[in-house]
Amino acid sequence: MNIGDWGHLSVIVAFVAAVVSTLGYYMASRGRALGDTDAAWLRFGRGAFVVHGVAVIGVIVALFGIIHGHRYEYYYAWSHSSNHLPVYYMISCFWEGQEGSFLLWIFWHVVIGAFIIRGSRQWEAPVMAVFAFVQIFLMSMILGVLVGGLKLGSSPFILMKEFMPDLPVYKLNPDFVPQDGTGLNALLQNYWMVIHPPTLFLGFALTLVPFAYAVAGLWKGELTQWVSPAIRWSLVGGGVLGVGIMMGAYWAYETLNFGGYWNWDPVENAVYIPWLVLVAALHALVLWQRGKTGLRTAFSLVVATFLLVLYATFLTRSGVLGNASVHSFTDLGLSGQLLVYLMAFVVLSIALLVWRWKQIPVSEKELTMYNAELWVFVGATVLCLGAFQVLFTTSIPVWNALVGFFGIKSNLALPADQIAHYTKFQLWLGVLVALFSGIAQLLWWQRNDKETVLNSISIPAILTLLGASLGILLVRQNGAHQMSLPYIALLTTGLFGVLANLSMLLQLVRRGVRLSGGAVSHIGIALMLLGILASAGYSKIISQNTSGLLYSRQFSEEDNRDNVLLWRNDPGKMGPYELTYTGQYFDAPGVPEYVSKELLFPVVNDEYKAVARGEIKVGEKVYYKAGDTLEIRPEDTYYRVAYKNQESGDEFVLFPRAQANEEMGGLLASPDIKLFWDHDIYSHVSSVPDPNKEKDWSEVKQYSVAMNDTLFLNDYFAIFKNAEPAHNTAGLGLNPGDVAVQGDIIVYGEKNKQYHAHPIFIVGKSGMVGRVADEVEDLGLRITLDNIDPQKGKFTFGVATTQKDYVILKAMEKPFINLLWSGTLLMGLGFGIAVVQRGRKPKPVPAAKVPRGAKQVQAA
Amino acid sequence: MKKTHLLALVVIAIAIGIVVATAGDASVYVSFKEAKELAADGDLRKVHVVGRLPHDGQKNIIGMQYNPTLDPNYFTFMLVDTNKVQQQVVYFNPKPQDFDKSEQVVITGNMRNDVFVADKILLKCPSKYVEKDVKGATASIN
Repeated sequence: MNIGDWGHLSVIVAFVAAVVSTLGYYMASRGRALGDTDAAWLRFGRGAFVVHGVAVIGVIVALFGIIHGHRYEYYYAWSHSSNHLPVYYMISCFWEGQEGSFLLWIFWHVVIGAFIIRGSRQWEAPVMAVFAFVQIFLMSMILGVLVGGLKLGSSPFILMKEFMPDLPVYKLNPDFVPQDGTGLNALLQNYWMVIHPPTLFLGFALTLVPFAYAVAGLWKGELTQWVSPAIRWSLVGGGVLGVGIMMGAYWAYETLNFGGYWNWDPVENAVYIPWLVLVAALHALVLWQRGKTGLRTAFSLVVATFLLVLYATFLTRSGVLGNASVHSFTDLGLSGQLLVYLMAFVVLSIALLVWRWKQIPVSEKELTMYNAELWVFVGATVLCLGAFQVLFTTSIPVWNALVGFFGIKSNLALPADQIAHYTKFQLWLGVLVALFSGIAQLLWWQRNDKETVLNSISIPAILTLLGASLGILLVRQNGAHQMSLPYIALLTTGLFGVLANLSMLLQLVRRGVRLSGGAVSHIGIALMLLGILASAGYSKIISQNTSGLLYSRQFSEEDNRDNVLLWRNDPGKMGPYELTYTGQYFDAPGVPEYVSKELLFPVVNDEYKAVARGEIKVGEKVYYKAGDTLEIRPEDTYYRVAYKNQESGDEFVLFPRAQANEEMGGLLASPDIKLFWDHDIYSHVSSVPDPNKEKDWSEVKQYSVAMNDTLFLNDYFAIFKNAEPAHNTAGLGLNPGDVAVQGDIIVYGEKNKQYHAHPIFIVGKSGMVGRVADEVEDLGLRITLDNIDPQKGKFTFGVATTQKDYVILKAMEKPFINLLWSGTLLMGLGFGIAVVQRGRKPKPVPAAKVPRGAKQVQAA
Repeated sequence: MKKTHLLALVVIAIAIGIVVATAGDASVYVSFKEAKELAADGDLRKVHVVGRLPHDGQKNIIGMQYNPTLDPNYFTFMLVDTNKVQQQVVYFNPKPQDFDKSEQVVITGNMRNDVFVADKILLKCPSKYVEKDVKGATASIN
């Protein structure tokens, strides 16, 4: 048996063990009250879950072994990996495919399941029954077996031969194994892609815990005790998912070239929606714990969160989105299976809720304006409405499919300007969240009447108004444009969110009570909102085409022309900046800076190697000497663009990169970003002369010269310095007896910059003549050594010219984007603090908190 | 009436508002003929058009123009919609690099003075999701 068979066997074992474990845990708990568990069945279920966990790890080891061992007879390795991929990116290959990402999700469920088995005591049996039940479904997605003609799941251990049996090569050579894989998507070769997917899937996996507790509570009729553990797990989930989403945003900012961090892509939305609902659910749970109100809401939202995670999975993996998304999740033909699962969970959990609905306790207490609970409740409602809005729009392709199912043809499309559409609503979500989080936090820690409310709110409110007015003035002064009303609202409430939460935080610290995780994450959220307002609302295009040269003036008044063409070494002025594109560079592993292409001579037959034409050094340290062979990464070309801010005197260099990639179709451009404390300069190439296309060379002009003669080329002059024997360095493939001569020509370019060109002339033993041209890319010159006349001492050079190299560049400024990232960190920190404090027992009671009167909790 | 009921009513009202507003924002897939009719009625809403690039006998694309050295932000091409109506499209951005290879093109934008001004181009490339070529597979046959 080989590694793939072992892997597939582990998949089947893990699947069967999940079924057995579900049965065991179910029987252990069936017909019994919570805590009264059938010990034998419990041990059975637990044992089966351990077997399941071990098998899952076996699957992972096998799959990683296949990728790491470059076993391209397996489709997964062939389509996601390649020989030249570093090990840390092999980890990303693992979850590039759907099967691997399912596996990741399954793995996290196993890990969390282990924590629950250890720590949940009387809850273990019913909660783990739900866990194991979910695992059955997830495992079946990678099962890859045919049941009665129906494909159940897609196995990652499928062989190339099984996946593409019709390849002609298998007729000739049934044992054919590809030499190299097709490689990992270039855009995923980024460190964030190593940690972002696991974080996101951990977040997904964590939403199962409160769901499982809620279901267990409904099942056992224990309708209140589940809240406390559910809060802790929701806090972990909310923090992890929130940070995971923002990691994705940061990756997009750094790697994709749509000019920002959030594009309202369906795949982004699919994670954003459950996160909003999870956070709303968390607030509802806390409301119950503290104010004995909102339990029905908590139940509904916790269940909804998990169902939305399943819906997100369905959206992104069933192919229903078609081309509405940039993410290339392929349709594995499993949409039917996914839909059945989604429906199963929807029906089962709603049935459970309906069954127990009347028994869920409700509060008869009327909330007043002075109750923090009211504001928390309103805030949670706002979150849900925000989630609903994104859900409704993102599902437009689903609505089309749905009415199409009934025979109606719908031509509804996503809004043409998605950013404007979502912003219209989500901006107000931000406004209300910042406002209510501030108010609720101020009221939360004390018993309130009109006076106390006014007391605590007045200082933050006054500071907010001052700050906001100052902000509005500054924007008007700097940008010469008025702030629109929604922006003013977001600025004001965002500031209020920061200041109100901060003032509460300070008060709590002064009173010597615990740090409030809630206040910390609310400050984080409010900072994020301010960061989004500044960086997205006031993002400024630097690369406005101001040359006055427009192809057509027909529509120019309303269309932005955001890209400029920069000729190599020809400075272009844009606003306060002077930009100069100075050439193409490569990444050479081991050398800390990019290496100019002019210093590298390509090696024939191995694009991953190059010969140094001169010293490659960074600072004083010499990494390679002339003639040394070094390793390069040929996939990415880095375009060096020097920036000079003529107002502030700032000078810096950016290296936006692009990859000419046939398989992905064309040019993949990634930005380079210069970070300042108060803004980022973000820049990417939008177009370059096609690197795969032969250049258009002019007719060759010949010059017959002797040593030290001067050549007058179009715009430049050059001196033929020397001729010397060429060595077999640059992979010339010389045979013994071949003679090679290389000319040394110095070309004087702009600003007297000197370029060395080394065209080579080869005379073989047989008398065959070969020529290797040399190119001065900076000047668009190609020089060949065409002939040598030893009698007269004359050398004939052929010179051809081409259009000079250029890039088309887009550059923009993103003010105060650091607020967004630091807000994210604070938000994560706040969740962390809250988790730690919830874990502590018994909870310290805040000094100023007046004990409340007995609440009237009525179970109907 | 209890406050919760009031809140519920407000929530339902906002939800309905969201649905209505989304329906108003949603774009539609149309043909060039319909796009022209919309523009003639003064409806400036941006629409989606699905089409193919016209090719001559040698598989060259007809009517495509991009001259970055003259104006990097001007790209124009012809598109044939599903009803076989051909229309000039202008895109005020650099030409997408994988444009030539695309099988199907989805554009969003609207008609202005007899040309369709696109602000977004979605390309469906044949190579993207179907079986890729297996390198070395053909070599070993020869």
